[in-house]
Amino acid sequence: MINLEFIINTLSLGSLYAMLALGLVIIYGILRLVNFAYGELIMMGGYTMFLLAGFTPLPWLVVAVLAVLAAMLTSLFTEMVAFRPVREKSLTAMLITSFAVSTLLQNGALLIISPRARAVDLPQLFQTSVMIAGTNVPWRNILTIVTSVVMLTLLTLLLRRTVLGIALRAAADNFTMTRMLGVPANTVISTAFAISGIMAGIVSIFWIARSATVTPALGAPPLLVAFVATVIGGMRSLTGAVVGGFVYAIIISLLGIFLPPNLLEFREAFMFVFVIIILLFRPQGLISSKTSVERVG
Amino acid sequence: MNLIARLKTLNTPLTLMGGVLLLAVLTGLLGIPLLVRIVTVMFVSIILVLGLQLYMGNSGILSFAHIGFMGIGAYTSVLLSMTPAAKELANSNLYPFIIPLHLPFLPSLLIGALVAALIAAMVGFPLMRLSDAAAVITTFALLVIINVVMVHWDRVTNGPRTLFGVDNYTNLWTAVIFCVITIFAVYLFKESRVGLRLRASRDDAYAAASIGINMVMMRWLAFVASAFIAGIGGALWAHFITSFTPYSFYLTETFVILAMLVIGGPYSVSGAVIGTLVVTAAREILRAIENYVNILQIFPEGFFGFTEVVLAIVLIVILIYRPTGLIGSQEIRLPFRRSKVGSSEASQSIKQIS
Repeated sequence: MINLEFIINTLSLGSLYAMLALGLVIIYGILRLVNFAYGELIMMGGYTMFLLAGFTPLPWLVVAVLAVLAAMLTSLFTEMVAFRPVREKSLTAMLITSFAVSTLLQNGALLIISPRARAVDLPQLFQTSVMIAGTNVPWRNILTIVTSVVMLTLLTLLLRRTVLGIALRAAADNFTMTRMLGVPANTVISTAFAISGIMAGIVSIFWIARSATVTPALGAPPLLVAFVATVIGGMRSLTGAVVGGFVYAIIISLLGIFLPPNLLEFREAFMFVFVIIILLFRPQGLISSKTSVERVG
Repeated sequence: MNLIARLKTLNTPLTLMGGVLLLAVLTGLLGIPLLVRIVTVMFVSIILVLGLQLYMGNSGILSFAHIGFMGIGAYTSVLLSMTPAAKELANSNLYPFIIPLHLPFLPSLLIGALVAALIAAMVGFPLMRLSDAAAVITTFALLVIINVVMVHWDRVTNGPRTLFGVDNYTNLWTAVIFCVITIFAVYLFKESRVGLRLRASRDDAYAAASIGINMVMMRWLAFVASAFIAGIGGALWAHFITSFTPYSFYLTETFVILAMLVIGGPYSVSGAVIGTLVVTAAREILRAIENYVNILQIFPEGFFGFTEVVLAIVLIVILIYRPTGLIGSQEIRLPFRRSKVGSSEASQSIKQIS
């Protein structure tokens, strides 16, 4: 059962989940905000693709880029309008705000477009497969892996080689200190939200490629995946997010093989039990960055 | 303490209880079926919001699991109160031992609430150690787990399908009686030793620990009490709606309850009650607009989500401009022989400590 097909599928799922987790963790690292509206950024990317691919003659690659851009702009916009004013107040206020933003975007799509699922036109490439060493590998999976490698390389370069990236990493480590050293908070936070939006946008392309439809409630499943992956990897470390994404993909694929069918439908519940156990016994995740203060007793 | 002084300390709960009772009597006298329905659901919402306030307001920690406990209370009580024949009709796949169980409404409701509290007590004990984001994610995880179990455990809940045939035991008067009791209980909890210690640990965890407050224990007690109240709310709601699915107890409902609490003011019992009143009224008006537009058929795809969009915007605006809600952290009281001591929470707390 664990053959080449399984390995490639898991790798592709893992790279998708890694990008998903990265987008969530980059904001959490700086603001301690668990962004509930993150899933809705993916939905925004999806609807942009639906509108542009269905009603304009734009080539598909342009549509994909614009979808990523739409997710990024939505992310930046929500940060400026909703999160920035409550940032200084309390963590709870920020969390409730993100929950409200999520409801707002989701119901906005319901109101403006339709409660019904919409078909998204995707290029033929996403439906075709290629034979590698005797196994049928969908192009979609290869593209996911390639894109995530490119994105991770770009992100690593940004974080290691540019001033902005170094400021971001410093802010994730100690935001107060970073601000005292003269790094403007708004720039750092906006950058984090922009990166988060870009990640969500890219994920939206591959997420939607699996079902070729988009619905207002599309954001919930990826959000849950991102939660689990970030907790597994450690909420504060970017490397951890990537590791968490892959670990999640491996666990979920293995559960799919080894769990008896009558328990398979409870798979999600098992994953969340796992989340609770990790937060209790290893709140810093598999990859720890600094000692965490979330546990008090 | 003489009677007047005693009444003075109970000014807030008595005012709120009186207000709620007055509303029930007026609604009953008017007797418009739609209004009776709205007000009954509102009383149940007040119970649910108060349950959340008890934990969130006193501990300062956001909990997403609340609606999950509401669901547990609803399903447990319904499976006890339904007649065996109705159960067999509603869910042919039900565990055989559940079918003959048949209890009157009140014991069913209380057992439903107890089961919710028991589950909260078991899973809550380790969770109470966590703060901030970790606490939020774990309670969110708990909500997801409860939902997944409710959706897939079809031998108990009828799976994702509707469970129907519940007897309609909840009416305006049962709802208002439980609402009044809950207001009193939540207020008493806030002013009790446990409530005071919990709020102390909310305001300064280290200072509270230094005077020997066991923060984890206090949070746990509040969490269990909060789940008990959620269970009561769920049981009342289930016996009013009479048919529902597990999806009634998920993120949509969580958002509404949270919006009611935050808009009203999460740090006071009055805020919870007022918030529920305001949000219920607003939702009914918005929903009427939504329905009206749908009847006119202006939009080919229908006009859905308008209520939630407006509510979400109001919630964000409140969080930005009035983060302590409409009421703030003060409790409302009737101006009843003003005392010089002042009515602020702080002075009252000091009196209680000494």
